[in-house]
Amino acid sequence: MYKLGIDVGGTNTDAVLMDENRNVVVSVKQHTTPDVYDGILSAVRAVLEQSGIDRSEIRQAMLGTTQCTNAIVERRHLAPIGILRIGAPATRGIPPMADWSEDLKTIAVDTAIIGGGFEYDGKELAAFDEAAARIFFENLKEKGVKSVAISCVFSTVRSDHERRAAELCREVMGEDVHVSVSSEIGSMGLIERENATILNAALYQVAERFTSGFAQSLQDEGVTNADIYLSQNDGTLMTMEYARRYPILTIACGPTNSIRGASYLSKLQNAIVIDVGGTTTDLGVIQNGFPRESSVAVTIGGVRTNFRMPDVVSIGLGGGSIVREKADGTVTVGPDSVGYEITEKALVFGGEICTATDIAVRLGLTSLGDPSRVAHLEEEFAQKAMAAITGLVEDSVDAMKVSSGDVDIILVGGGSIILPEHLNGAGTVIKPAIGGVANAIGSAISKVSGNYEKLVDYLVTPRDQALEEAKAEAAELAVLAGAVRETVEIIDVEDVLLQYYPGNTNRVKIKAAGDLA
Amino acid sequence: MRKIGISEIEDIALGAALLGAGGGGDPYVGKLVAISAVRECGPVTLLEPDEVPDDALVVPIAMMGAPTILAEKAIGGTEYQTLYDTVSTFYGKPIFALMPIEAGGVNSMLPIAAAARLGMPLVDCDGMGRAFPELQMVTFTIGGGSATPMALVDEKGNSSIFRTITNKWTEELARAVTMACGGSVSVSLYAMEGAFMKQYGVKGIVTRSQILGSSIRRVKEVTNGTPEEEFLRITEGIRLFKGKISDVLREVRAGFNFGKVLLEGIADDKGHQAYVEFQNENLMAVVDDQILATVPDLICLVDTETFQPIPTDALKYGKRVLVVGLPCFPLWRTPEGLELVGPRYFGIDTDYVPLEKRSKGGRSHV
Repeated sequence: MYKLGIDVGGTNTDAVLMDENRNVVVSVKQHTTPDVYDGILSAVRAVLEQSGIDRSEIRQAMLGTTQCTNAIVERRHLAPIGILRIGAPATRGIPPMADWSEDLKTIAVDTAIIGGGFEYDGKELAAFDEAAARIFFENLKEKGVKSVAISCVFSTVRSDHERRAAELCREVMGEDVHVSVSSEIGSMGLIERENATILNAALYQVAERFTSGFAQSLQDEGVTNADIYLSQNDGTLMTMEYARRYPILTIACGPTNSIRGASYLSKLQNAIVIDVGGTTTDLGVIQNGFPRESSVAVTIGGVRTNFRMPDVVSIGLGGGSIVREKADGTVTVGPDSVGYEITEKALVFGGEICTATDIAVRLGLTSLGDPSRVAHLEEEFAQKAMAAITGLVEDSVDAMKVSSGDVDIILVGGGSIILPEHLNGAGTVIKPAIGGVANAIGSAISKVSGNYEKLVDYLVTPRDQALEEAKAEAAELAVLAGAVRETVEIIDVEDVLLQYYPGNTNRVKIKAAGDLA
Repeated sequence: MRKIGISEIEDIALGAALLGAGGGGDPYVGKLVAISAVRECGPVTLLEPDEVPDDALVVPIAMMGAPTILAEKAIGGTEYQTLYDTVSTFYGKPIFALMPIEAGGVNSMLPIAAAARLGMPLVDCDGMGRAFPELQMVTFTIGGGSATPMALVDEKGNSSIFRTITNKWTEELARAVTMACGGSVSVSLYAMEGAFMKQYGVKGIVTRSQILGSSIRRVKEVTNGTPEEEFLRITEGIRLFKGKISDVLREVRAGFNFGKVLLEGIADDKGHQAYVEFQNENLMAVVDDQILATVPDLICLVDTETFQPIPTDALKYGKRVLVVGLPCFPLWRTPEGLELVGPRYFGIDTDYVPLEKRSKGGRSHV
């Protein structure tokens, strides 16, 4: 059997075919097309032609895509929605979408804040105002709205009111209504969690398009025997059905796949991954085989959210970065770049602009284009430029570390030729042979996971018992997401003491992941 | 007298976060509360302290409780009316104006929301000129003012007002009421007459926050000199150190965040070491074993690129920071002031020496 992994990025659509031992059989790189399905289709076709395998032997097909991010940033294909917040008399001081830009606010057909919600300790803040919820849903139904975002104060502690509202919503608006519930999407912090839930609700049509579009592409190419999965941003997979419910979890899966793919190719479970492109370089951290999550609020298309995202830093350095000598003799590299025009504008390709790639060729790090066209560059100038390049990368590597010890580095991406084999602060520096398609590989090898988070008072429930219960919940969620029960392992356990809370209250966070069947 | 609207609020929040000196809370929720109130009820009138009659009742407004709970429950909106009714009934006279008690991300913002919702003026004055961790650490204590009668209200409509015999009792009662009400409450404290506010308050603090905020936002547009020089010029700050965070040591005791951030010098400070100790707010900056600044002077850590203030709970290995000292409000430098907020109160075994003298005008001149 074979696995097909595809990653649709802003510039390239990459695809790999892996056998059951997870060896890469073929890999292809195509330009991303305006209609992304054309790109996917031609990538799938190229993979099938080059490998010549029996199409029915492809049993799993995984897609990582930037469609959701694009939809939010470009404000395209977002669905009209209703927003219900359960929390009055609290929270009314900040209405939903208080800091959203006017053009994005138009997706809200109707908004209400109704009675209900909980205190930090799970005590009811106010009774759930079922009558008000019913009226709100009836109005939405009349206006033809098909998707609803529901949030509730401290639903991360107790989700009863949210779940009751979701039930009522389906009862009033029909079973086909798309309901997004905040406790299943975000963490502590009502506004950011509500924001993520609203975006999720608005993305349901986008998710239906890319899930059915991907299925159709495979169908058209005769790949009819495969289970279809979508990459999410924590390095694990979800089913089509799950992706339609939680489209927002696909955001930023590109960098995640690249980090995971790099880890797989280099066999390193803990390292910093540097993905060098033409214009920018992304740095991420692989921790026990999974990307490190960002600990700060993440802004998507101007909307502040708090759902999990990989911790990625981008800097303005790539193969096409422009190199300049200033009057005082110092040499700068980037942040501007010749970008995709590198094959015309760089010196080694016959152009007139000195780029980071030209410096790498001059210093013999790589042989590319016509080396004689950079022979005239002074050695000292080239060395200064290389010092600037390594300085930029070393500073960023340092900023990603959690302590001052050396850390292993994996270099991937087309632009990685501009970096030397040795970096200060680095242990081993590894450049995998097919690092250019690390993202598609990351997509193909992903696991499925379950995340569980709860506040627990260890004076009421002892820590050991609380953690065991939470692990069981997380494992159950992973199985629900498609993991084989026997392969599920707990990959992250975190408990944080909440100092202001009474007793010994801790926020317990567990993540479990397992292999696909 | 002038009006403050949404764009002013953005700047005040940023400037107040800097004056929070590492504490004062995340401005995000506070700012949204203020902006939502102004959007709904209109801009707020900001009074100069001298525009307040001597016998008028002025009431500082703040929130008490856990920032994480504020981030979940926000503000209901009717708290301020309940506070007004509770306090004016107690005193038997109307409240003339509201004011902030401290400069910080959260408590600089909530009084603006209260003023907007009540249609009342806000006075350009507070009781710290920065943020401090304890209730009695206000300039009004020096003048013999009392935190009580202190009123606490929640979003559900519950209210209480009490008088206490010591500050310790005030803390204890306030903490108990706060927890019973769900972990975050709106409070009024140090209610005072206009004359007292003018004598002891830190005047012009809202305007100062606003100027700082708008200048920080525009610091990169500087044409004369570097953004760093511009930042130091507008804040009238003294450059203490520029470094990379090499470690952060933290400890939680009695509800406070204690800790120490270690810095390795970069740029002009390459080869030098420094550390900053904090208790919610930054307490002391030490460079190469030499103390360069202590409380009550403000010690602020800002990002070396964006000049955004970095609160103590966001300090993280690898971050590049500029450590800047800002002179505190002069009243803090008196013996009475130092007894309340001097280094020894915070367990630092050194006499207070003003920042300007300790740092001799900045590291580059040492």
